Amino acid sequence: MLGRLAAQRLNEIRTAIRRTTQASRSFSTALNYHIDTPDNRPDLPWEFNNANKEKVKEILSFYPSNYKQSAVIPLLDLAQQQNGGWLPVSAMNAVAKVIEVAPIRVYEVATFYTMFNRTKVGKYHLLVCGTTPCMIRGSRGIEEAILKHLGVKRNEVTKDGLFSVGEMECMGCCVNAPMMTVADYSNGSEGYAYNYYEDLTPKKAVEIVEAFRKGEKPPRGTQNPGRVNCGPEGGNTTLLGEPKAPPCRDLDAAE
Amino acid sequence: MGLGLLASRALRSSRIIRNSTRTIVSTPELKNADAAAAAAAADAPSDLPKRNPVGGARVHIPNPDDVIEVFVDGYPVKIPKGMTVLQACEVAGVDIPRFCYHSRLSIAGNCRMCLVEVEKSPKSVASCAMPALPDFVLSSNSGLVLLVLVENQLKYSHCISAEKAVYMHQTHDLQGPRMKIKTDTPIAKKAREGVMEFLLMNHPLDCPICDQGGECDLQDQSMAFGSDRGRFTEMKRSVVDKNLGPLVKTVMTRCIQCTRCVRFASEVAGVEDLGMLGRGSGEEIGTYVEKLMTSELSGNVIDICPVGALTSKPFAFKARNWELKGTESIDVTDAVGSNIRIDSRGPEVMRVVPRLNEGCPSFRADLKLDLTSTLPDINEEWISDKTRFFYDGLKRQRLNDPMIRGADGRFQAVSWRDALAIVAEVMHQIKPEEIIGVAGKLSDAESMMALKDLLNKMGSNNIFCEGNGMCPNADLRSGYIMNTSISGLEKADTFLLVGTQPRVEAAMVNARIRKTVKATNAKVGYVGPAADFNYDHEHLGTDPQTLVEIAKGSHPFSSALKNAKNPVIIVGAGVFDRDDKDAVFAAVDTIAKNNNVVRPDWNGLNVLLLNAAQAAALDLGLVPESDKCIDSAKFVYLMGADDVNLDKLPDDAFVVYQGHHGDRGVYRANVILPASAFTEKEGIYENTEGCAQITLPAVPTVGDARDDWKIVRALSEVAGVGLPYDSLGAIRSRIKTVAPNLLEVDERQPATFSTSLRPEVSQKVSATPFTPAVENFYMTDAITRASKIMAQCSALLKK
Repeated sequence: MLGRLAAQRLNEIRTAIRRTTQASRSFSTALNYHIDTPDNRPDLPWEFNNANKEKVKEILSFYPSNYKQSAVIPLLDLAQQQNGGWLPVSAMNAVAKVIEVAPIRVYEVATFYTMFNRTKVGKYHLLVCGTTPCMIRGSRGIEEAILKHLGVKRNEVTKDGLFSVGEMECMGCCVNAPMMTVADYSNGSEGYAYNYYEDLTPKKAVEIVEAFRKGEKPPRGTQNPGRVNCGPEGGNTTLLGEPKAPPCRDLDAAE
Repeated sequence: MGLGLLASRALRSSRIIRNSTRTIVSTPELKNADAAAAAAAADAPSDLPKRNPVGGARVHIPNPDDVIEVFVDGYPVKIPKGMTVLQACEVAGVDIPRFCYHSRLSIAGNCRMCLVEVEKSPKSVASCAMPALPDFVLSSNSGLVLLVLVENQLKYSHCISAEKAVYMHQTHDLQGPRMKIKTDTPIAKKAREGVMEFLLMNHPLDCPICDQGGECDLQDQSMAFGSDRGRFTEMKRSVVDKNLGPLVKTVMTRCIQCTRCVRFASEVAGVEDLGMLGRGSGEEIGTYVEKLMTSELSGNVIDICPVGALTSKPFAFKARNWELKGTESIDVTDAVGSNIRIDSRGPEVMRVVPRLNEGCPSFRADLKLDLTSTLPDINEEWISDKTRFFYDGLKRQRLNDPMIRGADGRFQAVSWRDALAIVAEVMHQIKPEEIIGVAGKLSDAESMMALKDLLNKMGSNNIFCEGNGMCPNADLRSGYIMNTSISGLEKADTFLLVGTQPRVEAAMVNARIRKTVKATNAKVGYVGPAADFNYDHEHLGTDPQTLVEIAKGSHPFSSALKNAKNPVIIVGAGVFDRDDKDAVFAAVDTIAKNNNVVRPDWNGLNVLLLNAAQAAALDLGLVPESDKCIDSAKFVYLMGADDVNLDKLPDDAFVVYQGHHGDRGVYRANVILPASAFTEKEGIYENTEGCAQITLPAVPTVGDARDDWKIVRALSEVAGVGLPYDSLGAIRSRIKTVAPNLLEVDERQPATFSTSLRPEVSQKVSATPFTPAVENFYMTDAITRASKIMAQCSALLKK
């Protein structure tokens, strides 16, 4: 009796352990510490280019001169666009110098936000939405198709340096799920684009990737020809008339 | 707590009932139930058991108008405005559990352990970040509008609309009920238990192999407030350990992200190296790029870390904290005299930790304190890395037997009787004026007194303490101590540092200056060689000419000094060794006179000493008769003096070295007399601000060593000039006749007369630049030079 109970308990524990070890945890971010690589070392020089130096000035002008550090996110974004989609340590140091804070304060921000890439990405960084609505509508199949087509793993860059695939949390396009974003770093910060491709099918997604490979810029938005933006297929069925203004107190009169 | 509290609660509730019954019939102004309860509680304390504030916390209320009253578990507490709920609870005698809150650091409010219930608040509040409020008005409507009235100004949060809030402001009575804080209700207890469970989710339960075990806040608080089981069955996360240098060991998986170390590094130590990286469960403390923590205060993160994530590397796996015997003592590695606790096991010093020491516990940082406080306030609760980690030097290079150098140049161990006989014999053969005595930088007052008395009896008056220079001015006490006092530096608004680099000379004084600069944006002007500062400063020049310019008023910094309310001038003790020291001090005196630095209510003229023995030596009058006495000396008695320059000493001079370490002094010695180190004896040391403090023996002496004063006393006996004291008590009464202030232990004795009594100086300042007084922060005396850990640190420093 006791033996059976013990065996049963042991089995429970085993399954529990097995389950937990199998459940791999995916972190959306890369490592939270820096490892020197030939193209990512603190002693490599990095500077904003001349065009971007003007932009830096403009960004800084949005903030009071004693709160320069508020510009950290826009400046990191600019640096990332200029650097082909990722932030080497020396770029973060350059930003720290501009906003006059210790470098660690910039690293803190850059590691917190998942849209700052601290490892190399492709010229076209494909981010497939993995949140529930897109997942239900087949985002996993889309990611799988792209990965298979490009022959890479998630967060890996293709050999030609053109593509990398990542996962993203909800980007607010659930009505046109599944969707992916293409961050286009092929033309530096000038030609930077960040476009949504919605209503995807695995086939459609691969077609979009191929179009990018050919240097085309496929039209953004829904890929379902029957839909306009997020309207229903075949045109509107409700709300056909002119919308009424919402009921609202006349605030001027109230005063 | 327990029974007493329960009983009091029973009493209290019955009291309230009685009161409220009475109000119904007689007093119409008590119709308001809240006011009635408040009044009931206000006169209740007579039958409530008295609670004592946590850790002897005292409240100093500078302005009686700023007093507010809150209730903590029904007890009324009067506190000044601006205190947090947590501090109010401490005054009321309730210790709130906390991890991220630290009284000396900024408030982060991220651990959530200090949640308490506040009556009428929709949720439990983090007491460390919530200010205690005089009036607390809350809408009952939907529980979404929190209206807070402070000084008749409306402040609201979680508001549906500003319009509505203003409306409620107008309709509500301005005098709301007092804030009622409840710390032991089911809501508060459940909140703590929940937070504890979250904290333990990713915490490895490796207490048996953790060095923090036994003195771990997480361990203690999970025992006191946590649940007996967790529900977390997923994988725990793990974090890569960081390399922070030879002093701090990291086990980052244990980290609970309280950010105390991050705040300490940027706020107190002034090195912005540590940060919080990543997000969510991937969040970790680190430096991102590998970087050692280059601060002289880095060891303090070990103390403030509430878990075992940051522990002492040299102490790792050496001992459990409950095996250690703590001895409250004084640090002698610099002139600050930091209060330390020496933790020892058997004959071995295992570690050194700081002892909390501040004039007014707990709330000093928040409140203005009166100037008259004489309680020692030296190192707050920090100590420098040198103080914390030099202790392994106590086990190495020790002298444990009396030794005599033979004809072959080798030392031979002999008995005390033989060694003393030889010294006494030689001493008698030499002319009195050729005998000199040098007290080392670690000497206590008793031994210096004994040595001076011995030499005087032998007819010589050539005795001095190393570091004080060959012609020190011991006549005016205000001319060699820190008159402002270390805690007094916090009131300064302009600093002029002359030939001193406080960061390496006295790290704790530097921490105070930094604190002041951070808090009040005080200006710092610095005259001296290029140096490393961890606060904003202006480098005015490298030589004393700059001082003359400032004195004349032609230097741009003069106007800053002129406009300062509480200017402070700090002169480094390195100046004592300069030939033009009188002229430098004269220039400083002129600056002080021109800028009102010394007033009846403020004395901003300071000297920052370098060594623990210096102040007491000058108080006892250890001044050599001739400044060239070394050149003609035939007999030198080195009492732990290793840094005195003996190059000019004649070759045939007989040198006695009495000390505890085989350091520089031993190379030239003819006789070695082994003495005890400061961890092994009781001795009085006076720190740079003139506060006498006492060391206590923590471990037994090594080998055949004896206390310094006992050796000198025995030698006097053998030499036939017996000194008239046989006990510490007797030698202290002798000190009382020379420098009575040295016996006022733990009480700072300010100097009575200012330096205005100094004679006129005709000397002119030279153009020689000031030189750094301390070359290597980690190696300044015999003990630190013998320390392996200090050697590792200085190797990193040089890299």
